[in-house]
Amino acid sequence: MASTASVIEHPTTDLWGGGVEPLKASYGKLMMWFFLLSDAFSFSALLVTYGMIRHAHAAWPEGATLFSQEYWPIPELVFTHFPFTHANLPLAFVGLMTFILIMSSVTMVLAVEAGHRMDKKDVEKWMLWTILGGLAFVGSQAWEWSIFISGSHDGLKLADGSVLRGANLINNEYGPPAFADLFFFITGFHGTHVFSGVILNIVIFFNVAYGTYERRGHYEMVEKVGLYWHFVDLVWVFVFTFFYLI
Amino acid sequence: MATVHVGHDENSREIPKAQTKKIWKTFWILAGITALEFLVAGVKHPLHLPQLFVIFTFLIMTIAKAALIVAEFMHLAHEVKTLIWSIVIPFTFIIWLVIALLVEGSTILSSHF
Repeated sequence: MASTASVIEHPTTDLWGGGVEPLKASYGKLMMWFFLLSDAFSFSALLVTYGMIRHAHAAWPEGATLFSQEYWPIPELVFTHFPFTHANLPLAFVGLMTFILIMSSVTMVLAVEAGHRMDKKDVEKWMLWTILGGLAFVGSQAWEWSIFISGSHDGLKLADGSVLRGANLINNEYGPPAFADLFFFITGFHGTHVFSGVILNIVIFFNVAYGTYERRGHYEMVEKVGLYWHFVDLVWVFVFTFFYLI
Repeated sequence: MATVHVGHDENSREIPKAQTKKIWKTFWILAGITALEFLVAGVKHPLHLPQLFVIFTFLIMTIAKAALIVAEFMHLAHEVKTLIWSIVIPFTFIIWLVIALLVEGSTILSSHF
């Protein structure tokens, strides 16, 4: 009944008259989706490049315990540090970072859900948690970078007797130069995305607090920025697998 | 629908209860898969798992996580079909990129490294 009535009320000529959303999503939301699609291509290119360059180098010899510029390092020997302890904890810190980011993704969905109910207080609360999660992640990454750059105490002894300590864009103690280059470039590109996301989230939080969306009658801006935030989490899922696990 | 009256004061308006069951369910599945990934990463050397098997396992778990995030958190599974396909179909280009670089990669790079 209802559908028949709506067909009569809206003749087909209206389809080309504007104001119709064929995909049942607003312009802003669609453009966010297509932006994220293009961003996915950038990250894919970076990760495929990582796989290709790694494949071109000699693999880690079975049973080896020392780094060498002759072969690619394995992540569980590179990323072993955890704050406030000197214990050898392979990949534990990245695990924590992954957990923080997934958690902040959850609080973002909760903010979107609260927005659907027009619950201003709840949106504020969950946006704040999301911002906090984002800052915690960026902070963790800064710590990871500083450990990676300063390197181990002994460093890597080269054939000519000199010692290579830490990492920069030209060489590093963990393996071939390209290893550190790709680490800086891929996690840096992702970290920049997280940082931008935190700033966007702060802007949205203030708009929510000032009642901008309450007056507008909907919280769709939270959804749009939420899409971006989930994408950042999505990319980390892949970076985590290809950089830290394999 | 007992109270039809909606006041302009936001405090007088009744706010529905939060529906978060599905969100937390998705979270627990994501957390579970991540824990499984750590498990595989931990035992791959002690158990001498074949490299190809490890990569394949990680790949499947990663794609499962990605699909969950996109479908539930980003709400794509609940959008119009045309929107779903216009996002998913372009991803085939990435598969092409991976295959192309795997096939031609060693030839391109053997002259550089």
